[in-house]
Amino acid sequence: MDKVQLLLLLSGALFSLGLLGVIVRRNALVMLMCLELMLNGVNLSLVTFSQQRGDAAGAVLVFLVFVVATAEIALAIPIVLLLVRFKRSMDIDRYSDLKG
Amino acid sequence: MPHTLALIALLPLVGFLVNGFFATALGRHRTNERTAGLIGSAFPLAAFALTIKAFFDLQAGGFAPIVEPLYRWALIGTSSFEIAFYFDRLSAIMTLVVTGVGSVIHIYSTGYMHNDKSFGRFFAYLNLFLFFMLLLVLGRSMLVLFVGWEGVGLASYLLIGFWFDDLANAKAGRKAFITNRIGDAGFLLGMFLLYRAFGTLDMDTINSAFVSGTGAALLVPASLVGLLLFVGATGKSAQIPLYVWLPDAMAGPTPVSALIHAATMVTAGVYLTARMSGIYMMAPEASQVIAVVGVLTAFFAATVALVQTDIKKVLAYSTVSQLGFMFLALGVGAYGVAIFHVVTHAFFKACLFLGAGSVIHALGGEQDIRKMGGLRHKIPLTFWTFAIATAAIAGIPGLAGFFSKDEILWYAFASAKGGAPWLWGVAALTALMTAFYMFRLLWLTFMGASRMSHEVEHHVHESPLSMTGVLMLLALLSAGGGYIAIPHFLEPQIPLPPIVESLEHYEHTLLYVSIVLAFAGLGLAVFMFGGPASRPEGIKQAMRPIHRLLSGKYFVDELYERVIVKPLAWFSDVVLLRGGDKMLLDGSLHGLASLAQRTASVVSRVQTGSLHVYALLVMVGIVGALLWSWRHV
Repeated sequence: MDKVQLLLLLSGALFSLGLLGVIVRRNALVMLMCLELMLNGVNLSLVTFSQQRGDAAGAVLVFLVFVVATAEIALAIPIVLLLVRFKRSMDIDRYSDLKG
Repeated sequence: MPHTLALIALLPLVGFLVNGFFATALGRHRTNERTAGLIGSAFPLAAFALTIKAFFDLQAGGFAPIVEPLYRWALIGTSSFEIAFYFDRLSAIMTLVVTGVGSVIHIYSTGYMHNDKSFGRFFAYLNLFLFFMLLLVLGRSMLVLFVGWEGVGLASYLLIGFWFDDLANAKAGRKAFITNRIGDAGFLLGMFLLYRAFGTLDMDTINSAFVSGTGAALLVPASLVGLLLFVGATGKSAQIPLYVWLPDAMAGPTPVSALIHAATMVTAGVYLTARMSGIYMMAPEASQVIAVVGVLTAFFAATVALVQTDIKKVLAYSTVSQLGFMFLALGVGAYGVAIFHVVTHAFFKACLFLGAGSVIHALGGEQDIRKMGGLRHKIPLTFWTFAIATAAIAGIPGLAGFFSKDEILWYAFASAKGGAPWLWGVAALTALMTAFYMFRLLWLTFMGASRMSHEVEHHVHESPLSMTGVLMLLALLSAGGGYIAIPHFLEPQIPLPPIVESLEHYEHTLLYVSIVLAFAGLGLAVFMFGGPASRPEGIKQAMRPIHRLLSGKYFVDELYERVIVKPLAWFSDVVLLRGGDKMLLDGSLHGLASLAQRTASVVSRVQTGSLHVYALLVMVGIVGALLWSWRHV
């Protein structure tokens, strides 16, 4: 098993872990953190492939993902804060007022 | 003045607006009543004065038609619809009658409607009627005429149901309106045909095209157009089969019956036919239909009038009958004579209705002639004017009705354009009946002993000057109106039909016959109703089935009710309302809605509201998509 395969496995593991976290955890903040974990899994695969192909494009894309992730978190944290202030709880199951 | 004609039509509209906005708002007040009456009468009088001026303008111009475009109503493609007024010999006569008789009836109304709680509203409606009627007779295009045509229908509806507190009055108004709609459908179809062929609705253009028989006139069957327009005329002018609304229209105040349902509006159909005489000259079949319908209407309405006991109903059926005479004249091509009868009829029938109004006024609302009698000494002015008008309509020589009716009879007999001895025979018989029922009315109302209750008799009083003055003026016109030679005046514009030469020498014989008939009617009525009351009662007993048929008005209303109204109501209710509206339309919409609702209630279970389930579903979707692409790509 060479280095690239190892890194890709790690990347897949990070992504799956994050997805699992999003699905099973109820705490909104933890879910956000798991989302970040998924993004980092993707980043790792991007860097790995970029390294393998000797092409800088993949590495550049990682910066784009960083920016998007930062923006997303910057929006998501205040929303969660407002929700918490409104519901006095972090439990995502209690935020179901829009259900028909 | 550049806009004389427009001003004639618009003055009553101003009166309507002023009275409509202010008089009603101010409520019932003594000074207010006087103002409303003054405004309501002043504008029609001004219109009458302007009409006289316009008439002299017309005369000064050698009777060349005055055309006065007002503005362009619409421009659709290349065809424009102008609102233009048109003033020639025919519209001059009609306008003079409408504004003249209209004005005096307004003046009469100030006395008759005194102390009515809606005095201002009454004058507003009357002025509105005059406006539309003037639009009708002055319009150059059929479109303008049609606006007036519908407008007078509206005013008629409003005024028949003027005392709408009583449901019967409101129903009578509705009946008049709906019956007229049926006629209007025919009128509209005729207009469409003409417009398709000519691309214009200007009546003078269409008429002269038909007279010369050139161009677009060949593209459209004259008989069809003529019949369709006549359908409109049967509605407005109360001919068989659409006459049923007119007797019921007597529910309105009496001045309304005089103005709208005797003198002016109901003659609109006659005016239309005379105006479009070019079409009918080219359409002998349509003319034949008109003559037959006219003479039958005259005959049947006269028979019904024989036994009516309501003073206004007698006059209403008499109006239907006289309108039948006018259509008989139109049908045999004597258009000028028909207009002549329109004018004389406007005089004497307005006088009769207003006289009847004066009687009703004097008796405090009583309309049943069986409860009258002996009124000649109590209200002498009303009696004498009523007697003159009665003699005029009956055709006593020298009075207005004699001249016009005699000419109609003569042309019905001898016109080369559809005259026939049998038409004359039926018409002459009708004339005899007319004389009989009119003198019966006169005798039962004014002569003999009083049959009034003591209390009513005590209160009998002659009407105020505003009413009696008008009566005297109209009586004067009923007496002398026949000396205006209207057919001769109209002849350069609408020629009289030629006479069958072999019949020419009958003219004097027929003249004597009609004089004899008039006096026979008078004598018969005096014999029957001047004597003891047992005499008419005995005849009534002897002819019980006929009397029942006549006093039931041939049960035409019942027939229409059963044959037309009931099936129509059933069809509307069962097929259209329950089947179409409720079942088909509502049902399909409700079905669609409930289908959507049921589907939603099944599908909405997916929307649990739990983020985890959503995320899981997203993951399942992604994994599924990956698997699929791995297997297939």
